Amino acid sequence: MTLTTRPPAATDGEQPIDEGRTIRLMSAQQVDETEQSVPAAADERMPMRFGDDEIVFELNDVSCYYGTFRAVRDINLQVPKNRITALIGPSGCGKSTLLRSFNRMNDLVDTAHISGSIRYHGVDLYDGAVDPVEVRRRIGMVFQKPNPFPKSIYDNVAFGPRIAGYRDSMDELVEQSLQRAALWDEVKDKLKSPGTALSGGQQQRLCIARAIAVEPDVILMDEPCSSLDPIATLKIEELMRELKLNYTIVIVTHNMQQAARASDYTAFLTMGEDRAGYLVEMAATDELFTRPANRITEDYITGRFG
Amino acid sequence: MAARTEGLSARDAVALRLRGGSPDWAGWLLEAGLLLSLLVAVGILFVLVGDTLVKAFPVLAERPLDFLTSTVSARAPRAGILQAIIGSLTITLIVAALAIPIGIGAAVYLEEYARDSRSSRLIRTNIRNLAGVPAIVYGLLGLAVFSTALGLGSVLLAGGLTLAVLVLPIVVITTSEALTAVPESIREAAYGVGATRWETIRSHVLPYAAPGIFTGTILSLGRAFGETAPLLMVGAIAGTFSFVGAPWEQMFEGYTTLPTLVYHWAGYPQAEFRALGAAAIIVLLGVILVVNATAIILRNRYDRKW
Repeated sequence: MTLTTRPPAATDGEQPIDEGRTIRLMSAQQVDETEQSVPAAADERMPMRFGDDEIVFELNDVSCYYGTFRAVRDINLQVPKNRITALIGPSGCGKSTLLRSFNRMNDLVDTAHISGSIRYHGVDLYDGAVDPVEVRRRIGMVFQKPNPFPKSIYDNVAFGPRIAGYRDSMDELVEQSLQRAALWDEVKDKLKSPGTALSGGQQQRLCIARAIAVEPDVILMDEPCSSLDPIATLKIEELMRELKLNYTIVIVTHNMQQAARASDYTAFLTMGEDRAGYLVEMAATDELFTRPANRITEDYITGRFG
Repeated sequence: MAARTEGLSARDAVALRLRGGSPDWAGWLLEAGLLLSLLVAVGILFVLVGDTLVKAFPVLAERPLDFLTSTVSARAPRAGILQAIIGSLTITLIVAALAIPIGIGAAVYLEEYARDSRSSRLIRTNIRNLAGVPAIVYGLLGLAVFSTALGLGSVLLAGGLTLAVLVLPIVVITTSEALTAVPESIREAAYGVGATRWETIRSHVLPYAAPGIFTGTILSLGRAFGETAPLLMVGAIAGTFSFVGAPWEQMFEGYTTLPTLVYHWAGYPQAEFRALGAAAIIVLLGVILVVNATAIILRNRYDRKW
């Protein structure tokens, strides 16, 4: 079983980026129409169902291990397409670990492994025939600390497409990616200067531009604003709302206001007695923050936790 | 400090405390001791170099060029170091051609490919130990393996191979350190846009580690240039270096190097030869100074902040 490969950034002369955008826009509108029905289904919360929404990720009994230590246990949840799904919870509850298992980033840690299944558009990501490199190309990632390459702004964005074999006009793709990351106007005159010379917020938007340059399907964000000031944070959140028209976003955040402001669905994880993180509940964000079904969730979001 | 403050106003008490202190004799003494240590270290160096310069002065003043371009001779006024310079440079070239690629390759494997297992840790520790093994031991090894077992005899190539083995652990260690100094976040960034392991190493890890690798390898070449003892074991002797035949044929001839020639001349009873030895030392020191300065300039120039 292999991933069906979407042509990685166009080998035919067409503009696949715009094509993809219109298709996704349509499905986003369809999703909007069905959104009203979501709260009604919210009583049955584990795992949450999304009516007619297309499901991107489906996790069944996922546990993540580092060696013999179980960091996350028995997660069942689904991530709908063209939505922002937030993972919140106290430090050390395994949010980041879980997120990094979505694109097999944790493969890079020698001792890390998972049990259960993570299905991405129905394909088991941990199937032996799945190529983790292709997985990461389709499921991009933005990290906690901005990590631009110590290269020019241009090369930061162009690296992904270049190794993916993109041979069309790189200048156009770089411009388009930077525009979509809302950074173009600030850097268009200094594309040759190093990405590391930008401010923290700009660096993080550069990392987002780098991630979307390879035309992924999903963007995973691991506390993308934790090292940014409030203004840069708001900019990133604004950007996320625009990006969800084209991408499915899963964001890990420490900041509950951020989850409440920016996400459509929120999953709350916490740590059990065995120090393993588990899913307490997942719901539409408004629902979870106004009428949490679980006492632990209520304690956490009202600040009475631990 | 036991200033009595009872019965004084707060203001007077503070004034007494702040102004009434005695000098910090212990601190002053420590500072003097530390300065003395520095002076001893620098002083010894100055005396050594000064003494050598004085002894070398007759040779360097009377025939500086002639000394560099003359061959080894039993008559002191006609003796020079041309063969030693050629021998030392050739050996350094052999070392560079062998130790640098093998050492960098080994380090890349250890740091980027090998899993962190008991055996990889054991190998790492042993390489560190190898770097501390006395040079003469490598001489014995070279004699046993290259000169005797491989049947090369006391030839230039055997000397080059022996020194290549000697500096190999140093190259591995410095390269390893340069590679581990590249933050994990940079690797994650590359993997995150769908780079393979090799693409990540080639496009990011190696280029960013390059200044450190260069510095380390240049210093190790300086070490090879100045090494004496192991070459005495594999047959570096004065004067049998011929100029007959092509360079690759000279690989299988007898040879001498700058440090071994110094050693050889130091054994002569005549003062003229000791002056020659001193002059050769000055040349040797000059070369090593240039090598180390190059390494320092490279390091400062490409020093990277993350």
